[in-house]
Amino acid sequence: MGVIGALVAGLVFGLGLILSGMADPAKVLNFLDVAGAWDPSLAFVMAGAIGVAAPGFWLVRRRAAPLADPAFHVPPANAPIDRTLLIGAAVFGIGWGLAGFCPGPALVSVPLAAPGTIAFVAAMVAAITAGSLLQAKR
Amino acid sequence: MTATEFTPWASLAGGVLIGASAVLLLLVTGRIAGISGIVRRLLPPYGASAPLEAAAFVVGLLVAPLAWTLATGEAVKQTVTDSLSLAIVAGLLVGAGVFAARGCTSGHGVCGLARLSWRSIAATAIFMTTAAATVYVVRHVVGGWPWA
Repeated sequence: MGVIGALVAGLVFGLGLILSGMADPAKVLNFLDVAGAWDPSLAFVMAGAIGVAAPGFWLVRRRAAPLADPAFHVPPANAPIDRTLLIGAAVFGIGWGLAGFCPGPALVSVPLAAPGTIAFVAAMVAAITAGSLLQAKR
Repeated sequence: MTATEFTPWASLAGGVLIGASAVLLLLVTGRIAGISGIVRRLLPPYGASAPLEAAAFVVGLLVAPLAWTLATGEAVKQTVTDSLSLAIVAGLLVGAGVFAARGCTSGHGVCGLARLSWRSIAATAIFMTTAAATVYVVRHVVGGWPWA
């Protein structure tokens, strides 16, 4: 059941990215271009997503456990803010601003097979793998 | 630079789907719909928990463009950079950044804000700022590169 739920969630998430315009790097870059060709659409994506997720999460967390797992696996909301988080977020933002892709939209775009997408995803996967392997070695 | 149309309703509806997906994933599997974390669970050194669920989520994402085209009869509209070197540099920065920050636009930007996580609020404020600053420098200081 967990696998089916995750499959449906992935499909709905992907359709949401496409319908919203997040899967189009041109739209993302124009959203980020506040001083130029500003397209505020993606603020509506955030509003729609958080508007549903905030009450939805609250309702789900009132349960003792999820449907297909004995426990929730959610990081504490008051975990400390450290330097790694801040630097990582800053670096991520630079990459996002260069190509207009963040991880979800990039993955959804893989079947469309634009060469830029394949190169981006390959590099992203390589960097995440390198990070994980370095961390595991420590 | 490619001009894009302001699409408040489609974007709001797409956002609602993204939020609904995150709620569904939490309800069924008890996990946050953070794409970078889900990808990480599928990669070496492996051994992460619930890899089948992570794989199923990614399969769902990959099926989405096909489902979209079947349902609407339209191709997915997008403009991706033609520059492979730019795509690789951006991909490396995004991969390293989300690894260190333990989350991206979905895990921090949507799920983290929705559950009022301070780490996520800080991360989102920072990546939004550096992303906008990067676009500003590329388009208005350097004068633009020949993509999007």
